[in-house]
Amino acid sequence: MRREPPRTIADYTPLAFPAIMLIIFFVVPFSTMIAVSFFRRQQGGFYTPDFVIDNYGRFLSAFFGGVLGFSLMLAIMVAVICVAIAFPFTYLLTKTSRRVQIVWLVCLLSVLSLSEVIIGFAWSTLFSRTAGITNLLVAAGLMSEPQALLPGFGAVLTGMVYQALPYTILVLYPALVRLDPTLLEAARTLGASPLRGFINIIVPALRNTIVATLIMVFVFALGSYLLPQILGRPQHWTLSVLITDQAIYQSNMPFAAAMAVFLVLISLALVGLTLLVGGRREATA
Amino acid sequence: MSGLHLKDLSKRFGNFTAVDDVDLTVPHGTFVCMLGPSGCGKTTLLRMIAGLEEPLAGAILLDDEDMTPVPTHKRNLGMVFQSLALFPHLTVGENIAYPLRIRGVDKNGQRKRVEELLALVHLPGYAARPVSKLSGGQRQRVAIARALALSPRLFLLDEPLSALDAKLREAMQVELRQLQQKLGITTIVVTHDQREAMTMADLVVVMGEGRIRQAASPIEIYRKPADAFVADFIGSTNLLEVKADRAGRAITLGQPIAGLSLPEGMARGLVSIRPEDVHLAGSANGAFRGKVTFVRDLGGTIETFVEVGGTTIVAVTTPRERGDIEAGTEVGVTLPAESCVVLKQ
Repeated sequence: MRREPPRTIADYTPLAFPAIMLIIFFVVPFSTMIAVSFFRRQQGGFYTPDFVIDNYGRFLSAFFGGVLGFSLMLAIMVAVICVAIAFPFTYLLTKTSRRVQIVWLVCLLSVLSLSEVIIGFAWSTLFSRTAGITNLLVAAGLMSEPQALLPGFGAVLTGMVYQALPYTILVLYPALVRLDPTLLEAARTLGASPLRGFINIIVPALRNTIVATLIMVFVFALGSYLLPQILGRPQHWTLSVLITDQAIYQSNMPFAAAMAVFLVLISLALVGLTLLVGGRREATA
Repeated sequence: MSGLHLKDLSKRFGNFTAVDDVDLTVPHGTFVCMLGPSGCGKTTLLRMIAGLEEPLAGAILLDDEDMTPVPTHKRNLGMVFQSLALFPHLTVGENIAYPLRIRGVDKNGQRKRVEELLALVHLPGYAARPVSKLSGGQRQRVAIARALALSPRLFLLDEPLSALDAKLREAMQVELRQLQQKLGITTIVVTHDQREAMTMADLVVVMGEGRIRQAASPIEIYRKPADAFVADFIGSTNLLEVKADRAGRAITLGQPIAGLSLPEGMARGLVSIRPEDVHLAGSANGAFRGKVTFVRDLGGTIETFVEVGGTTIVAVTTPRERGDIEAGTEVGVTLPAESCVVLKQ
């Protein structure tokens, strides 16, 4: 099929609808938020148009720096753990029969239908002392008495990995299903054990897919707001929790907006950095 | 005995028998072509030799050593896949060096061997190129070089040339054969292209429905096919039904073939005669009389389709040895007895 570059305005009309949607639902609200982040807060709840950078200045404090650092660290950990679990899992899944694959994918999709609230409370029950999984360990004789596994960092991490894992698998699945199965076979005939072939052929051959998936899960986890509150202590709260707190409970819209903008900028910078490093390696390879 | 010995190999996928009790001996240094229509089990057989499929029964012996329980990566063989399976994230040199890297060959040794192999496949100086920038024929050569990097005991190729255009394919066939003779390595190629098999092989193994139908030299397969399946699959042939009369003479199309009799005890059978062995006489004085229905003049050769008693017989001649025969003319058709092969029905 021959593709010619669009020439007249009429050639661009198919783009009109998505463009309008993007403007109404993304560009306008986000611009508003950027504008609000520079407004002056009024004691009592509202804000007046102005241009002050105090809102940004405020989170140069150690407290906000700490929360930001924790949020980024948590999101990165979730992304890495999810991909580390999902990649081998999805690879093995693509080797099974069509019927087994469908059953697994349907189960994963059904996990996606659970809301964050249900996932949070389900895990808080599972991690509780009275009805949690430690009771099973006690029954099995592996533990002397049941323990509460929450609130804590492990509980937050587990809940978020659980929530993000189905997304990770569904994003990896198409790329892994399309992967030429003879790549691993070729590695085996050349003297690599199956595990070795997987590590130094399959993984690098799909490096771009893996990087894209890491970024997706990272962004997904960065917005998490409910699970850290249900499963964690206040020190495990993410920046999203603080933004909500400022916007709704402290009625400080400009500061909340400034934090949101800052979070977007930081994550964009991280994503850009990842792509840059990936691109450079591509160029030298 | 040195060489490869397949002992009563079988393989089933569900209810489908892919390979059925195959027994084959390949002397060391032989070039073998496994030939057959798709689904005949030739690729499965190759994959079992490589260890990529587990046989249901039987054994694979290489120089009297039982390879059946040895995992693929310890068999020391080189294999070229139909998809070539070049590693997309590595350069030409890194692809070829991969097996060396796994064996712990040092960087210098790797580089030397890669240069040696690239020279062998006529791609000197290509080591630093990314695989994605190569043409089909060049990828082919890289895949061959990579498979040969460890000087394997067996060289296996699964439809290696099927992705190339006709001209390049013919050139690669010759090259592959010369390469194999230079290295003296036992080589097994799976193909469905009989020209390819005739060009390269010492031993052609014709397979059909999971069984070996005939294993012999190319010219023997062509001249003395074991059954109608082989005769029909290798080249083109005229297959005529024959029956014996009381004197044992071969009768086809209501007339005896001069000088040909069926073996004792065979009442009916098939006669295979190659189109180039069929003689046409312009004046209708041959043994069989027929009418020309179609002439395909390919320049170098001419195919003439003659209808004799409701059956079409094809004759191939060169322009020089043939007078003007056009569609619609009556001709005489002679089937020389010495060129006829009698087959069981």
